[in-house]
Amino acid sequence: MASKVTVTVTVNGRTLSAECEPRRTLADFLRQTLGFTGVHLGCEHGVCGACTIVFNGATARSCCMLAVQADGAEITTVHGLADGETLHPMQEAFWDNHGLQCGFCTPGMLLRACELVEEFPDPTEEQIREGISGNICRCTGYQFIVDAIRDGAQRMRQTS
Amino acid sequence: MKPASVEYHKATSIADAVDVLSSTEDEDAKVLAGGQSLVPMLSMRLARPSVLVDINGLTDLDYIRRDGDWLSIGALTRSRAVEKSAAVRDAAPLLSEAMGFVGHATIRNRGTIGGSVAHADPAAEAPAVLCALDAELVITGPAGARTVGANDFFHGFLTTAVGPDEMLTEIRVPVLPAGTGCAVEELARRHGDFAMVAVFAAVTVGDDGRCTDARLALAGTNPTPVRAREAEAVLVGSGLTAETIAQAAQAAAGVTNSANDIHAPAEYRRDMASVLTRRALRRAASDANVVV
Repeated sequence: MASKVTVTVTVNGRTLSAECEPRRTLADFLRQTLGFTGVHLGCEHGVCGACTIVFNGATARSCCMLAVQADGAEITTVHGLADGETLHPMQEAFWDNHGLQCGFCTPGMLLRACELVEEFPDPTEEQIREGISGNICRCTGYQFIVDAIRDGAQRMRQTS
Repeated sequence: MKPASVEYHKATSIADAVDVLSSTEDEDAKVLAGGQSLVPMLSMRLARPSVLVDINGLTDLDYIRRDGDWLSIGALTRSRAVEKSAAVRDAAPLLSEAMGFVGHATIRNRGTIGGSVAHADPAAEAPAVLCALDAELVITGPAGARTVGANDFFHGFLTTAVGPDEMLTEIRVPVLPAGTGCAVEELARRHGDFAMVAVFAAVTVGDDGRCTDARLALAGTNPTPVRAREAEAVLVGSGLTAETIAQAAQAAAGVTNSANDIHAPAEYRRDMASVLTRRALRRAASDANVVV
């Protein structure tokens, strides 16, 4: 067995350290080792997008990285979006537009949606659909998610 | 879906990475770049290297530079950076367009152009577009660096000219001449999925309206990316008309050599190669200001 490594990451503003084997994926490290249950593990091989996080400023699939690679990184999970009890405008928009049913894909959808709006502050439906094409939802048929992201983009423009 | 036990080495330099690659017994060390293909393969245990050599710290492999008639791209440059680079769009717009088809935005944030090329999935866009562009790939090993043309680089399914003690370090792309039109056409189940068939076309048109150079590469249709040389020969020296384009499209279908698989029968891929080649050439011609 490979010797354990100590990994230190800053997640949603908190700096934490833990030991793990090099083979530990970042997704498992965040969810199982550190308890950030907003990291959802779906396919575990880079297809579904549920485990999306923000890694050093850009979205990444935490199942396609090893925890040891994240040593020293700044990470945001879905729980880093809200400001205390106040939801992020994109979260509000998902709530108001029924942009989720079971909620499993929602963390990845939200983080990807926020990144998408940074690139396209007023995204077209096509830009939204292409932008979330790497995130699979098996409940909604996507229409309400697309509506929510368009609404969320508008709210983010108003608050920025 | 958990990787098998593996040693991890964070490379401090290219020389250090090559040193670990060449000193690993059984020659089964793997270079870990963006990890977008390798980590899933580890998780599914399709790959079980004894050592991972992580090159993400080698920021001197992360660059895009224009040097006269060549564009040099470090192997660790993220796909997203290549896609968005003004220097790439200026020198080789075919490459910019192709990178937009590589996975999804989140994958491109992390995945590297070098990783995609070294992984050599026959349905991936980066290997095929580099064949179309006659790119050169710089491979560094214990004996130093050597250069291999993209069209000699891909040996088979997931197999390349890179030896077990070597790593891909740079991608060099010749700048496309003025008057070149480009287009990528891809058929995939969803945008961002691997191509069932993808066609990468660049046509250069002279002052008299004749095609002076044509490049056509296909992905998804063969065990490696493949150039449609006969189709190119149809176009060079001729005008880009509906007839020559149809003839070239038919010739392009002739180079496909795929098995029937869960995604499509071989005949379907062959037919789509023709359809997509026609579409790509029409759009490339229009991009070069030729009305077809």
